[in-house]
Amino acid sequence: MNILAHIGRATLSLLMEIGRVALFLKDGLLQGLTPKIYIRQILEQMMRIGYFSLPVVGLTAFFTGGALALQIYQGSSPATAGTLVPNIVALGITRELGPVLAALMVAGRVGASIAAELGTMRVTEQIDALVTLATNPFKYLVGPRIVAAVVTLPLLVAIGDTIGIMGGYVIGTRTLGFNGAAYIKTTADFLSLDDVTSGLIKAAVFGFIIAVMGCYHGFNSKGGAQGVGRATTNAVVSAAILILAANFALTSLLFGN
Amino acid sequence: MAEAHIVLENVRKSFGPKQVLNGVNLSVPKGHSLVVIGGSGTGKSVMLKCILGILHADSGAIRVAGENVLGLKGSARDEYLLRFGMLFQGAALFDSLSVWENVAFGLIQGRHMARAKAKDIAIEKLGQVGLGADVGQLYPAELSGGMQKRVGLARAIAADPEIIFFDEPTTGLDPIMADVINNLIVDCVKRLGATTISITHDMASARKIADDIAMIYRGEILWQGPAKSIDTSGNAHVDQFIHGKAEGPIQMDVLKP
Repeated sequence: MNILAHIGRATLSLLMEIGRVALFLKDGLLQGLTPKIYIRQILEQMMRIGYFSLPVVGLTAFFTGGALALQIYQGSSPATAGTLVPNIVALGITRELGPVLAALMVAGRVGASIAAELGTMRVTEQIDALVTLATNPFKYLVGPRIVAAVVTLPLLVAIGDTIGIMGGYVIGTRTLGFNGAAYIKTTADFLSLDDVTSGLIKAAVFGFIIAVMGCYHGFNSKGGAQGVGRATTNAVVSAAILILAANFALTSLLFGN
Repeated sequence: MAEAHIVLENVRKSFGPKQVLNGVNLSVPKGHSLVVIGGSGTGKSVMLKCILGILHADSGAIRVAGENVLGLKGSARDEYLLRFGMLFQGAALFDSLSVWENVAFGLIQGRHMARAKAKDIAIEKLGQVGLGADVGQLYPAELSGGMQKRVGLARAIAADPEIIFFDEPTTGLDPIMADVINNLIVDCVKRLGATTISITHDMASARKIADDIAMIYRGEILWQGPAKSIDTSGNAHVDQFIHGKAEGPIQMDVLKP
């Protein structure tokens, strides 16, 4: 009986949370993405979300590309390795690992920062102060973060893809002994525009998820420092899970039969 | 008697099963300074937030200059909020903005004033609360609690509002700084001719800044009258509160050892 009650409570709690996120999303989109648009805030957030995430995304992509090259080499025969390594590194990075890993890193770096900043603003009444100064918090805080994340994540992923393929190239040519020109030619021949654009579409969706989860948990944080800490954790965890789920759904949609 | 500027009629607000405002009736004449006293958790801040529309009252009427303002939305709400200034308990300054940008925020964002002109006004208002132009370049984290309150006051009066709310203006300050803030409030309000509602536990502050005092207890106004008659109110709750006695009709839920 107790187990059933627990399951029931957990289910109700999950459904209520989904409902609250849906209502927040409605306000975020209807109020946050309609005029008045705060251009200055959008540019500032693009710097914070995009530009300052470049080092972490670049390093992640480089090492992932290198590791991928090593693993594929181990799994292929000497005769096919010269073709398989560049092909699979390029495909793996552009279609899956580039967008997913970049999004997970940005969720940790930016999602947490958004939730902590908005959470602190909530518990110190700064969001209420915005309202009393005739400024809609959805337009001033939520809208710019969503726009900035949706625009900059694809840019970040495009750069990350390039660096990731380069990571594979460096390991392929320096450690595995492939010819550099042949590696690049094989990559260019095999990689299609669809592979890249599918990753960029995913990145835009992941950016939306990161910004919405950060804003939602920050906006609804309560209870002082502990509440802000909880909001930060929830923002990162929920964004990470949703990114992985959305990745599966998008892969099925874009590449499924 | 001046005409009523702010009128609350039977205003109720609950959070789940907890009834916080239990039929508040209150009237503030134009240009008067009303101080609402009462213990923690009696609904003082909730009452102010209901008037501002930050919280939505469940029922009753809130009239400002004769107009019922409950449920205002969109541009009508923005117009309504432009009539207010508010000093928050913790000042609620925006951490990411410099002091002058905090003071000028409502002018730039709410009233679309040019930044240069808004900055001049912000520096002038900082001067009115005893802070030099050099303070304008600092960030809130670099200021003491008393200076933050002064900046909050400068922000509240920046647009010369017709109504100003002060939420616990002297809480957390030493007695001398508290008196400095009280004097500034009296000076600013006199200069602007604004209608004000202040909420406080601090009787010295209440006596200094109030024309009228109201006492709230369990979400209801128990007594309202001129500040000078507070000592002869004949209300046992008011007497216990202003003399700070543990014995009386107001019982705190304290576990006895």
